[in-house]
Amino acid sequence: MAQTVFIEAINQAIAEEMRRDENVYIMGEDIRRAVYGATADLLGEFGDKRVLDTPLSENGFFGAAIGSSLVGMRPIVETLTSFMWVGMDQLISQAAKMRYMFGGQATLPVVFRATMFYGGGSAAHHSDRSYPMFMNMPGIKIVVPSNPADMKGLLKAAVRDDDPVIIFEDGTLFGMRGEVPDDADLPQGELVVPFGEAKIVREGTDCTIVGIAGAVNHAVVAANTLAAEGVSVEVIDPRTLVPFDKQTVLDSVEKTGRLVIADPAHKVCSAASEIASIVAEEGFWSLQAPIQKVASEQVHIPYTPALEKLVYPTADKIAAAVRRTLES
Amino acid sequence: MDIDQDTLLLMLRRMWMIRNFELKVMEVHEAGEFTGAAHPYIGEEAVAVGACAALEDTDYIAGNHRSHGHPIAKGGRVDKAMAELYGRVDGYCKGKGGSMHLADYSIGILGESGILGSSVPVAVGAALAAHIRGENFVSLAFFGDGASNQGALHESMNLASVWNLPMIFLCENNQYAVTTSYAETVAVEHVSDRASAYNMPGLLVDGQDAIAMYEATSEAVNRARAGEGPTLIEGLTYRYEEHSLGLGRVRRGEYRTQEEIDSWRKRDPLDILEKALISQGIATREECDAINAETVEEVEKATDFARNSPFPEPEALFEDMWANPIPQP
Ligand SMILES: Cc1ncc(C[n+]2csc(CCOP(=O)(O)OP(=O)(O)O)c2C)c(N)n1
Ligand SMILES: [Mg+2]
Repeated sequence: MAQTVFIEAINQAIAEEMRRDENVYIMGEDIRRAVYGATADLLGEFGDKRVLDTPLSENGFFGAAIGSSLVGMRPIVETLTSFMWVGMDQLISQAAKMRYMFGGQATLPVVFRATMFYGGGSAAHHSDRSYPMFMNMPGIKIVVPSNPADMKGLLKAAVRDDDPVIIFEDGTLFGMRGEVPDDADLPQGELVVPFGEAKIVREGTDCTIVGIAGAVNHAVVAANTLAAEGVSVEVIDPRTLVPFDKQTVLDSVEKTGRLVIADPAHKVCSAASEIASIVAEEGFWSLQAPIQKVASEQVHIPYTPALEKLVYPTADKIAAAVRRTLES
Repeated sequence: MDIDQDTLLLMLRRMWMIRNFELKVMEVHEAGEFTGAAHPYIGEEAVAVGACAALEDTDYIAGNHRSHGHPIAKGGRVDKAMAELYGRVDGYCKGKGGSMHLADYSIGILGESGILGSSVPVAVGAALAAHIRGENFVSLAFFGDGASNQGALHESMNLASVWNLPMIFLCENNQYAVTTSYAETVAVEHVSDRASAYNMPGLLVDGQDAIAMYEATSEAVNRARAGEGPTLIEGLTYRYEEHSLGLGRVRRGEYRTQEEIDSWRKRDPLDILEKALISQGIATREECDAINAETVEEVEKATDFARNSPFPEPEALFEDMWANPIPQP
């Protein structure tokens, strides 16, 4: 098993999928020279027709990716969450709605890789964690990887999926190292992580923490701290939010009786809100304490580190939330 | 340009089909047989029919809310179109799209869009696929004079030009966006003037003349297939009816005069094409009338088909969401 950096895992997934299927191509801003790192060396191997640098026209090139997917291409679009607002009409009016609106005639195997650069002084215009907004809109599959192996396997699954997918790549993880299995060591011969299968990152009996994207790692740190206090925490990574593997969460809460959800998105109508509502509706009688959401404060992302660090879930906030569930 | 007779006769048939389809739609909508918005294409038939006659089934189109003319012009079926307006299972989209969202993927109709300008980038994507795969098909986007002010169009024209895509941008300038005159909202004299900003040819065409539309579009298609890139075409035309069905009942300010409407009606696209066919000896008056009558008949049958088609069952609500289905939350 190789230790691989998160961004390298993205690059591997793209290159392998482009090798496997010549209808796969990638477009985005400054991808030929790989300013964000994930597209390094693709131009040399695949040429300029399949590695497209676009003008600054998110609405235009999102739409072009969507349109090409309707006629047999399998585009991967590289963008940042914060630039998706500019192309929102294409994502919502077209990608999400076309198949249903046209009675199943349209098939849209298009992948948007949307990086969330937050936590690094990028301020309000470059720090969006916008997946809950897309969860609210039917028609788009939503992926939130938390480590290099899942990043690679989920991106490969996304490219092979026949529906529109947005992968929210957590920029705080870009430098993260993790074990990515070699294809030869896998029974199925390649790393493809199916959608809708949550991962139990760590088993425990006293409280369940569901972590989203980068918050999974904070949850693990919190779990380690709590273990020293004699508290046994189960950490679950849903890996995809649409589809969402609610059964794994409900089963865990049935065992632990307590639930904390750690979500880097703004707390109002967050992924955490939705997961809390599912457990309140379907797992209520398992609960021994109120559900705790640890999500971002409902303010914009301030530039100064003095304030920005107050916004997001941290291991300390998560551990405190777990302790609250144990008080009652 | 030499146009073969079969093409000309097919154009006349499709124009009558659109005219008679729309007349029927107005009648049954008025009678309350279905609800929802519908935007009649009457008066503009030559634009879509002339343009689509220059395309093959393997070429793609995408359109907008004024959505019945485009698919019929591309060879779509009036029975499935009518059933869609009635919200029935046999409609093009099984009743899920309605008037503004007709599509027929079997003959390259990628779909009409109720969000204006929004289908233009999508159409560019089809042209991009041709470019990447080195295939020979072209893509054409219909949009109105109103939508010509959308950023999506301008981004699309730039993209198609810098990537040299086999793309045709077709503006149906019917002079108004609902009640707002294009002269008040478009900064250049002609929408086609905008082509120069994107380094592509801009053709200003008499949109009441189907043959002129056919010739202009053929020129654009030839350029596209030869790898010479996109073209912007503006067809000057006129909407005879209200912007959408039912809108006539709303109290609102006047925005156009009867004289203006009458002057455009004097240049009716069907009349212009029939006169051309008769004068060239391609069809007689009687043959033209017979084509008209046959399309009336076909539209009647389509309407019966729509009326007799069932509404979808409740289970259909959850169908067609996904190509690779996932559980409903
Ligand atoms: C993005 C968007 N804005 C506004 C509307 C509402 N609307 C529907 S039709 C229309 C006028 C369209 O004018 P034009 O593009 O010239 O097409 P026409 O109706 O004349 O065929 C407007 C404003 C819409 N459907 N989509
Ligand atoms: Mg108009």
